[in-house]
Parts: sequence; C-alpha cells; structure tokens
Amino acid sequence: MSPKVFSTIDGNEAAASVAYRVNEVCAIYPITPSSPMGEWADEWSAAGMKNIWGSVPTVVEMQSEGGASGAVHGSLQAGALTTTFTASQGLLLMIPNMFKIAGELTPTVFHVSARTVATHALSIFGDHSDVMAVRSTGFGLIASGSIQEVTDLALIAHAASLKARVPFVHFFDGFRTSHEVQKAEMLSDDVLRAMIDDQLVAEHRARALSPDRPVLRGTAQNPDVFFQARETVSPFYAAAPALVQQAMDQFAGLVGRQYQLFEYHGAPDAERIVVLMGSGCEAAHEAVDFLNGQGAKVGLIKVRLYRPFSVKHFMESLPASVKSIAMLDRTKEPGATGDPLHVDCVAALEEGLRSGWGALKSMPVVVGGRYGLSSKEFTPAMVKGVFDNLSQATPKNHFVIGIVDDVSNSSLPYDPDFSSEGPEVIRALFYGLGSDGTVGANKNSIKIIGENTDNYAQGYFVYDSKKAGSVTVSHLRFGPKPIHSTYLITKANFVACHQWVFLEKYDMLKNIVAGGAFLLNSPYAPEEVWDHLPEETQRQILDKKVKVYTIDAVKVAQASGMGRLINTTMQACFFALSQVLPREEALDQIKIAIKKTYGRKGDQIVQMNIDAVNAAISNMSEVKIGSAANSGLHMIPPVSSGAPEYVKNVLGRIIKGEGDDLPVSAFASDGTFPTATAQYEKRNLALDIPVWDPEVCIQCGKCAIACPHATIRMKVYDPALLAQAPATFKSADAKVPQWKGRKFTIQVAPEDCTGCEVCVIVCPAKNKRQTVLKAINMAPQPPLREAEAKNWAFFLSLPDVDRREIDPTKVREQQMQRPLFEFSGACAGCGETPYVKAISQLFGDRAIIANATGCSSIYGGNLPTTPWAKDANGRGPAWSNSLFEDNAEFGLGFRLAIDKQREQASALLQKLAPQVGEALANDLLAAVQKTEADIYDQRERVAALKDKLKTISGDDAKHLLSLADMLVKKSVWIVGGDGWAYDIGYGGLDHVLASGRNVNLLVLDTEVYSNTGGQMSKATPRGAVAKFAAGGKPAGKKDLGMMAMSYGNVYVASVAMGARDDQTLKAMIEAEQYDGPSIIIAYSHCIAHGIDMTRGMEGQKLAVDSGQWIMYRYNPELRAQGKNPLQLDSKKAKKPVIEYLNNENRFRMLTKTNPQAAKDLFAAAQTDADARWEFYSFLAARGAAAPAEAKEE
Amino acid sequence: MDLSTTYMGLTLRSPLVPSASPLSREIGDIKRMEDAGAGAVVLYSLFEEEVLYEQRELQQALTAGSESFAESLTYFPEPHQLFIGPETYLDHIQKATDAVEIPIIASLNCSSLGSWTDYARKMEQAGADAIELNVYWIPTDADLPSDAVEQTYVDIVKAVASGVEIPVAVKLSPYFTNVANMAKRLSQAGADALVLFNRFYQPDIDLESLEVRPNVLLSTAQAMRLPMRWVAILYKTVEADLAATSGIHTAEDALKMLMAGANVTMMASALLHNGVGHLKTVEQNMVQWMEQHEYESIEELRGSMSQMNCDNPSAFERAQYMRALKTYKV
Repeated sequence: MSPKVFSTIDGNEAAASVAYRVNEVCAIYPITPSSPMGEWADEWSAAGMKNIWGSVPTVVEMQSEGGASGAVHGSLQAGALTTTFTASQGLLLMIPNMFKIAGELTPTVFHVSARTVATHALSIFGDHSDVMAVRSTGFGLIASGSIQEVTDLALIAHAASLKARVPFVHFFDGFRTSHEVQKAEMLSDDVLRAMIDDQLVAEHRARALSPDRPVLRGTAQNPDVFFQARETVSPFYAAAPALVQQAMDQFAGLVGRQYQLFEYHGAPDAERIVVLMGSGCEAAHEAVDFLNGQGAKVGLIKVRLYRPFSVKHFMESLPASVKSIAMLDRTKEPGATGDPLHVDCVAALEEGLRSGWGALKSMPVVVGGRYGLSSKEFTPAMVKGVFDNLSQATPKNHFVIGIVDDVSNSSLPYDPDFSSEGPEVIRALFYGLGSDGTVGANKNSIKIIGENTDNYAQGYFVYDSKKAGSVTVSHLRFGPKPIHSTYLITKANFVACHQWVFLEKYDMLKNIVAGGAFLLNSPYAPEEVWDHLPEETQRQILDKKVKVYTIDAVKVAQASGMGRLINTTMQACFFALSQVLPREEALDQIKIAIKKTYGRKGDQIVQMNIDAVNAAISNMSEVKIGSAANSGLHMIPPVSSGAPEYVKNVLGRIIKGEGDDLPVSAFASDGTFPTATAQYEKRNLALDIPVWDPEVCIQCGKCAIACPHATIRMKVYDPALLAQAPATFKSADAKVPQWKGRKFTIQVAPEDCTGCEVCVIVCPAKNKRQTVLKAINMAPQPPLREAEAKNWAFFLSLPDVDRREIDPTKVREQQMQRPLFEFSGACAGCGETPYVKAISQLFGDRAIIANATGCSSIYGGNLPTTPWAKDANGRGPAWSNSLFEDNAEFGLGFRLAIDKQREQASALLQKLAPQVGEALANDLLAAVQKTEADIYDQRERVAALKDKLKTISGDDAKHLLSLADMLVKKSVWIVGGDGWAYDIGYGGLDHVLASGRNVNLLVLDTEVYSNTGGQMSKATPRGAVAKFAAGGKPAGKKDLGMMAMSYGNVYVASVAMGARDDQTLKAMIEAEQYDGPSIIIAYSHCIAHGIDMTRGMEGQKLAVDSGQWIMYRYNPELRAQGKNPLQLDSKKAKKPVIEYLNNENRFRMLTKTNPQAAKDLFAAAQTDADARWEFYSFLAARGAAAPAEAKEE
Repeated sequence: MDLSTTYMGLTLRSPLVPSASPLSREIGDIKRMEDAGAGAVVLYSLFEEEVLYEQRELQQALTAGSESFAESLTYFPEPHQLFIGPETYLDHIQKATDAVEIPIIASLNCSSLGSWTDYARKMEQAGADAIELNVYWIPTDADLPSDAVEQTYVDIVKAVASGVEIPVAVKLSPYFTNVANMAKRLSQAGADALVLFNRFYQPDIDLESLEVRPNVLLSTAQAMRLPMRWVAILYKTVEADLAATSGIHTAEDALKMLMAGANVTMMASALLHNGVGHLKTVEQNMVQWMEQHEYESIEELRGSMSQMNCDNPSAFERAQYMRALKTYKV
C-alpha cells in the first residue's frame, strides 16, 4: 500500500473524492450545501481525472433533483456505476426514484450533506430531517460525523452496496461537516481498488438491461402478487448489516481505522449513555472523554448504519452496566411517539432484550430528545446537560437541548460555560468581510498547518445572511491531537478584527480567554488605537488582560497592489502572534501556499501577495493599554431607536448575534413575520455615498430606478413643507410640467446605501464646467452620515405623491412611487432588485407575490429583517416562498383563491344589492380597475361597502365583510430566477402559462444559478463559462419567450432596464393590465457574470446594442385589435456580439482557458444573434394578424 | 528585379514589411502576408501592462463575491489552465515561425527594465527572428526631466540587446529634442535597427457624451513626411539599420522611403484599409516603376535621396521652413 497522504479538505470534497473514483456516471443538480460535491466531480471530469478503472466519469447536470435521480436510475439500469450528490428538498425530489432503485435491488450510493427540510421556513443549514424522510424508500442510511469518516464511510458504503445490493444514502451534516475543513487521510486508488470488488461490478453490469439478453423491469402488478413480490427483498436487508460490517472490517485491515455499525465510545462500565449520529457524535465524544476523565461513567453510541437497523448489533454495542440512555435526534417528527432514532432504539431494546442479544439484561431508563436543528450549535456543554438529565430520578423525556423552550417547557438546562477543550488547542477567531479575503487566507492557514506539521487543524466558517457587505467569522483550531470539537469557538486564545468598523457593531471579545491576543486592522497609529476603541471593548480588554496588536493592513495591502485585500497581511500577523509555527517557517509556508493558490493566476498576483506578507510583521505593533475604559465611544445598537418593540427585542437581537438566546415564545408558530423591518437595520456599509447636485440634475429618475437597494429616492412636494427641513436638506424646483410650482428632492439613505455607485454611472447629467462631475457624485459617508440621516428622516416625512397624479410609463414620474421593496440583502449593484423594486412601486399596494427559492427569496426573505415594505396606508406586498420547483403553481394557487373569493364576494354583493344600495353594488361589480384612479375609486367603494355591511345583519353580510377586499384588484406576481423558470420549474411554469389565468411571471434572468454559485442553466448563453460548463456552454440559450408566445394568449415581454428603462415599465404595466397570463423575462446582470457591478446597467445596454439580447413585447390584446401582437423594442445590432462578450469575464475567461473553443463559440454566438434578429424582425414585420379567437378561460 | 534588402542582418526578399497591427493576430493572415510578398512580418505588440492588467482584472472578477455567502462560496469553476501570461503570444510566435519562411519580428512593450529583458528572452526562446522594442511611452510627469526619458530608452535597448542573441530594433518616439542624437545613442546602445517612428494614438472628445474616447485613426499619406525626413538625415550617420513606418500606402511612398535610406518600409494602415493583398499591388507597382526607370535592385536606389546623397541636403533641415511657407499657395 502507498504511504499515508494527509490533506486538509472539507466534507464535500472528501465524499466526492471517493464517489468520483468509484463511479462511471454522476448525475447531479445543485443544491446547498451539497453543490460542491457535484462541482468537484465536474471539475475533475473536465480535467480528465480518471476513476479506478482508468476512465473519466461522465458528469451531467440535470434540470432538477427529480431529473438527476431519474438519470441515475436509468444509468444504473443500463449497468453503469452511478452516483449523485444532494440534500434537503433535493433528496425529497429523489424519493420516487429511490423507491424504484431500492425496489430493484440496485447498488448505488447517494452522498447527502444532510440539510433541514423547509417547513415554517427554509433553512440551508444542517439537520437530519431530509435523510429521515427517506427511511421508507428502502435505501440504507450510513452516517459520518467527521471529515475522516466521510472519506472512509463513503468508500465503505460503495463497497457494501455492491455486496448487499442495497442502495445507500451516505450522509453527513450539512455545513458542520460538508463545509468544515479538517486534516484527513486521503484514500489511495489502491485502497479503493481493494475495497471495490470487480466481480461484483461485473455482476451489476450483468444484471443491466441489454437487448443482447432482454428482460423486463418495472411491471405493473396487481393485488394477487405485488405483496409477495415485494417481500422478496427481505433477505437482502437482513444480510446487509453484516455485509456493511464486513466492509468496515476489510477497510480496517487495509487502512487501520476500524468502524462498527453501532460504535461504543466511553467507560466500559458506563451507566449513562447517549445514542446519536452525525457530527454531534464528535462533540459527544469530546464531552464523554472529559467527563470520564473527571470520574464520570458515561458513554456514547455512534450510529454508523441506521438503516437497515440491526437490532442485534445495536444490543451488542451496549455495555451491561447501562442504566439510562438518551436517544438524540437531529430532526423533528411532529405528532410521533418520538423522533425516529428514539423510537427505533426503544423498539430495538424491547426486541433485543426479549431475544437475549447483548450484555444488557434489563430495560434501562430510556428518554429521547432533540438537538441541533438547522445547524443549531451542539456542544459538550449540552451533552453534559443531557447526561445530567439522565442522572435525575425521573429524567425528562421528549426534551430539547440547546434552546429555551418556554412554550412547551421541553428544554433541558445546561451550563454554557462548561468546556471540554484541552489547553493544548490553539483556538482563533477571525472577523472579516467576504470581500477582504479573510476566509480564503484562513483556509490556506489550515492547509499550511495541517499539511506541513504534525498538528491537526480544523476550520469552520460562518457567513452572513446578506450578500452585500457580508461579514465572515472564521473559527480555526490547531492542536497535536485529532480535533472532535464540532462546534463554534467560545474560548478563543486569539481574535482578529479585520475591519475597524466591526468594533462598533460586534462584541468580538466576548469569546476571548483571559490573556488572549486581539489583533486589529486599524487606520489609526498604534498610540491612537486605545482612544478610538468603544468603551465596551476597552472594558473587556482591561478585565480579561487582553494583549492588543495593531496593523494598518489596508495601507500595507495597498502598497503591495492588493487594494482592499488584507488577507495575506493579516494572515502573516496571525502566524507571528500565535507562534503555532516558528515565525520564519510560517512566513515561508505562507509564501508557498500563495504560489500554490495563485500560481495559475499570474506572476503579478503571486508577487503582490508575497509583498504583502513581507511587509506585514514590520508594520505590526503592540498597543499600549490605557488605564480605564473612557474613550467616550460606544457600540451602536443593532436597530434604530425608533424601531417597534418586536424589531428591537427579536430582530435586533438576531442582528446582534444573540438569536441563539431567543426563546421559542419569541416566534410566531406558523412562520409569519412582519414586513417593512429592513428600514430599522442600519448597516452603514458604504464607504462612499452618492451626493446630489440639484443644479446639474435634470430630474430624469434614472438614478432612482437603477438603485438596487431603494436608497436613492425622489419626491415632489409643497414648498411650504421646506420650512421644517434640516439645514442641509437640498431641493430644486420641480421640472415635470404638471408639478411646476412644487419642490423636488433626490435624497439618499446614507445608512442603508451599499455604495455600489450604480446611480452615478447611470446618471446622464454632467456638470458643464467640470465634466468629471455629474448630478450625483460619490463622497465619503462618515462625515455625511449624521446630517444625511436627518435629511433622510425628513424626506420620509414628506407625503408621498398621489399615485393618481403619476404617469407610471414615464420614469421621471414613476419614480415618485414609493418603493415597497427596500434595503434588501442583495449584492451591491444587483441587477435583479431594480426590477423587483419597480414591481413593488407599480403594484405593491395590491400585490401578492410567490417567490421561487433563489437569490430573490434570500434577499427578500432571509432573516433577520424584511425588505418588503408597506405604504403610508399600511398596504404592501404580501410575500411567500414555497419551494424552488413549484413557484408558478404556488402563485397560480393565489390566483385561484383570489378569483374564487372575488366570485363569492360578487355573488353575495349581487344578493345584498338591495340592502347595500343598487348603485354602489353596480359600481363595485362593474368597476374597471386598470388605472391607479380606477383602483383608488374601487377602494373607496369597498370602504363604503364595509361600512354599510356592518349595519346589515345576517350571515351573508358577515361573509361579504370578510371577502369585500377581494373586490379590489389583486395583482399576482410569480417571481424567480432562470434556474426556476428555465429548468426546475419549467413544467409548472408552462402549465400556468397555459392556464389562461391572470398571473404575472417575472423571470429575473441572470443566465446562471446565481444563488448556489454560478451553475449553468438552460438560460446560460452559448460560450459562457459556468460551473458544469467550464469549457464554455456549447449549446445556445433556450428561447423561453418564444415558447411562451407559441400559446398566442400569453403576454410576453423581454426587457433590459439598463438598455431602456421606459420599456421595462411599459412591459410591467401592460403585463399587469392584461387579463391573462403574462411573463416578463428580465435581463439581470449578476456578480456571477464576472463584471464590474457598478457598470451592470451599461452591460445590459451593450447586450441589447450587440443583439445578444432582444427587447420586445408580445401583447395578445393587439392581436385582438387586428394588429401584430409582437413589437420589437430593440433596433438592429449596431455592435458585434464579441464586444459584449469581451465585456464580461464569464465569456472572456474562455479565451484564457481554451482560446480555440472561445473562437468557435463566440463565432457561433454571433450567428445565434443574427438568426435571432432575423427571426424576430420577420415576425414583427408581418402584417396584422388575424383577430384572436376567444380567450381561453 | 532584385527586391531583396537586408535588415538587422537578416536578408529579406522584399523591403515591404507589415508593421505591428491586429492583422498579425491570425496565423492565416501572416501566411497571406508572406504569399503577398512581405519581406518579414512584425507581430502585433505584446504589452506587459495589458498582460498584468488582465491578470488582475480576471482575478478580481473571478473572485468577486466569493467566500461571502454560504450558498455561493465561488461563482466560477476553478480553471485548470489559464493562458494569462505571455504564453499565448509566445505560442503565436512559434506558430508563426513554423508557418512561414520569412523572418518573424516580435514586438514588445514592457513597464519595467527587468521585464523588457525577461520577455525578450522568452520571445527569443519561442523562435522570434528579431525583436522590435515598441517603447510606447508618453511621459507626462512635469517633474521628469528629458534626459531621464532619453536614458530610459537607452537603458532598455542596452539591457535587451545584451540579453538576447537575436537582432533588436527599437521603435522610437519622434518627440525628442534631438532625434539625431537619440538615434546615435540608441544605435550605440546596441540597437540593430531604428524604427521611425511610433505613432501615438491621440484621443478624441465626444461632444454629445462629453467623454474622452480613444479613437484610432489610420495613418494618412501625409504622415510619411516626418519619418522620411529623419530616415534621410540618419542614413549612414548611425550604424543601425532604418525602418520607415507611418503613412506608407503606395509603391511611390515605399520608393521614396527607400531612396531616403530605409532598409525596410513598414505598412499597417494601408493593409488594414485595403487588405493584406495590397502588399502584392505595392510590390507590382514598385517593380513597374523601377523597370520604367531602369533600376535593377532596391540596393541601387536605397539612400539615393538621403540627405547625404541628394542634391539639396539642406532641404531636410529647418532652414527650409520659411521657403516652404512662401511656396504654399492659399
């Protein structure tokens, strides 16, 4: 056997590295947190890496997990060794095929980074609710708890599946294990070859469907035989556990690590034990060792093979001394007698004791509890809490641990200060920004230590819920022994603050130990640092005797050409202070790591990083600690002082990082949250904010419509109102004719702006004397913050313009409409949110929105705060996210309910017309609700109706009162990205379009799966580099608009706001007014395009000018008028497509990776554009079409 | 007709040489240049600054937004191979030299002294027959004295000439206080040829958008006067060979340059405008003229109208300014 090779990898890479090498086909679909497994496989396949049989596995991205599992099933049936990687909803979508695959006794392993299944809310984090949902499929379930186990059990699962003919789900905890980086021994091809029996592979192939030996599978069976035929598989399940153990034993013989189906760890004479699976076993392992070291008699059973559940093996793992057992589940099965592992173990004990298996002679006290849902921390302190419960005379059953359940009072108490970590472990916390490279440098640090020393290393990274200005916290441990601490660091020896502004926001020193080191990236000189620290920080430094070090890392980074990337500078300082390696050796290793990481990116990139390292140490100084906490500076509250109590007490605590401390009672029991709360979260992200110059401004509204975060707004108002204005509030005379005599203001929300600069780029007005200046110019935020915050508050207090006065097809007027989508967590410069915001402005007061899972559901619905807002009357969009795949159907459901309720209301109104008043009833029933004035009038009528109804007795009046609001038009919007519309949700989308119902679909087309990290979709254009299209997408973009137009009665528009914002508005208004299905396909630039996000709108224009994107509107109403329904809103391309392609690195990258492919695909992209234009212009130039047939109902 | 000439020690079958331009980006076009009679080809320039800019830009674009949000830790597949250094250019040199018989002259512009030598060596290793140093530099720092600018030119030439075995030409700016002195110093520094002159693209102002825009204008025939004067003046006064470039569009233009003393005449705008085949036309017209005027070889006419050999040497000097103006008819 080859010598041992250690690597520092995460769980996803560990699973993929085995799965890839022992399979021939991988069919996958991206889903967090499993996506990287498929991406690794795709990258290896693209690089020509071979499996153990010398062949490069085929990796195929499908349109959904349903599709992926179908392809896996087919590939298995045709004889290829096939695998897939998934999680959560993805695994659920595979269930039908999993029943089939297992029912046909087909060996395969699905690798699952176990993730919470969406219930009252979506969560991307880890628990076992997904894998528990597939218990009945017939798949075996094998659990890994650490990176090393993932590597080992992945292989054992594959080997055992071939032997047993039982398919397996091999799972490990999402994020905690899938994304944790640990030092682990890699398995060589030799080990893999030794474990995978080629004879069994041949047998699998021999069982495959082949016309050379035809058989039939997938029959339809009847009551006479199905039952018997179904029972034929039982012996295979009975034999499987022993075969898995056999594989584990064989593996131990090869590698030296011995696994058991149920692995006991702890005192041989333990009286109290816990049973659990997954990463929680690691924390429990650490706790058990510590407690036994203190004289306790405790133990744990790590469940490796959960299905098929071997009662005998389980019983044999229990020490005879056991008196009480706690079964711990990382899932919730409401209404069950207990959560799954608990119930299984109880049943097993009953059967096992009765059968006399194992050493245990009598039934112990057994309780079950729940922990760690959605990656909730599970610590040794909590394990001790569980053991303490077992010591009680009557231990609490059906408990929860790790939260405060003050509703059902199910929670166990525990001491959060209990720690089982050894003194030999170096524990470091790094607070950084996503954009400053902190995480990348820390991953390198782990590799440096893990791969170049005998130390073990662990890294876990906590990310933000926002995409703009996102904060990262890196948790790094280094030590001489294997690290079992699968929980966040709360006792850090070292804390680094990579951004000075964090000091006023985060309590970074709460987790530092006495005498620990605090490294600060500071813009201040060492002697000035102390006086600039908030008093809260100063106090902790004094109390804990913290040593403080400082460096102006930005200065060092800029001098090295690194800009704001301070990562390598800070990394060098960490190594110097932590002394985890001798200083010189550490610096040398950093440089080697830099060469390895950036070598392919060019010499200059390498050199810049090395320069930053070289300059780091000499620029670092120790800070002289003052004698008292007296800077006069304080941390800022998480939400503004005017926020409602709920926002302060619940959302504010989440923002502050205290969400873990909130009790169950803090939350609504059905997942409901108030809207309009993002306004209270003052993130103060922008270094520079836009400043308005009223003298230069032409009041066109382009800045406001393009603003992704609704932080630049405009109003016209009565000049008299200026009397109360703050001194620095700016105004100009309104230029729009109907508002002459009023004042006009453009105001920026200084504390909400992300500083993306999009408004400045789109501003068309230049200062005539100094053309570098426009009507809006960027200026540093800090000196403006206070005054502009007052101006913003005053601006908000000015009344909104009466919507009836506004022509919404004109940008300069439409932008007076109040955005009801504001301050979202989207990326700075986002290309999607301007469309979403426009919808909220145009129709928000009557909109109900179904939002597909994806970027828009994350920036729209990720806690803590909500960007969907309300107008002055308290109206605003009602929003919900169901799933990724069902969004069109979900939205159609809204429409069905609204139509039905409106129908009922109309019927009741007709019935009650004599009491209500015939005139009012008739007006209500006959109302045409196309314009704002129409809707205003109808609202007035409904208000009158309600008043009237309150005076009328009887059930009909009561019913009508509860339905009356449905008489006002409701605007149903179905919003999602191209992954939803073109791929996973296409079937539903198509069906909804065909329904003829009045729904509006907005496709935010970024041409790639943005939220999961840039995987190819069918919207990805030819030649673009994306994940799963590393060689440039060979196929052209699907023409979704043309497909929708083929129905004839669907309103279809293709828009690009950056090219023509008024066309976007027209399309939205027409779509909403059209009494039938509408779809708007909106070109949305994206960070996944590799572009300068400040210039995204210019990129949109270039897309249109080059013919890469065509703007049009297809309005079936025109057809009814005898006109051609298709109107082209683009002109013939005036630039070649290559000009557009060269502007975006998603295309340009191909010229750097495969110049020949770039040449060929770019030429084909031009041909696509030419053909598209020819076809569309032909259709648009046709004469008036025949009048439409009667509209479908 | 013997059209052969020598340039930097290389024997060329014709003095017509396409100068650095986008036309040499395609091997097929280089082959067509050879077929149309080119004596050699100067490849498009490799700008180190551009290479570095691309490296930085690509790195920035591909890592923007990464490691920030748990669901999307990256946005692009990790490339296994990236051609972002000079490799593509070096590969191009190799392909070009493999594809044609005529000499291939690589063109280089770097931003630091060390890089000039480093890149030049790489070009030599890739098979370039000669290197043209495209010192495309417009000094704008008011505190930078002229002698420092001049010394930079000399240093670059010295460094590269001593670092490679193949011949080295330098394409220089016409904006020196004393071009003749610079020519002499560069020749002494080791330049095997002087390419007269670099034509710096001048930006334009867009009145509608109020933006300054790079607006590439092709050279006109008038542009040849400047290099022609200096070729004539420098002929035989410097050791280095002379290449004339700018404004050479026709056979007549080329003949004038050769008579002024150029070893080779370089063309870009005319080929961009008329296509590579224009070389053939120029050659045919040149031959026709030479036959009509009973010349037998390029060698015979080269330098015949130089300052040294013409009947009115002072015509190339400033003293002619007043006379020129006097003869100008409004």
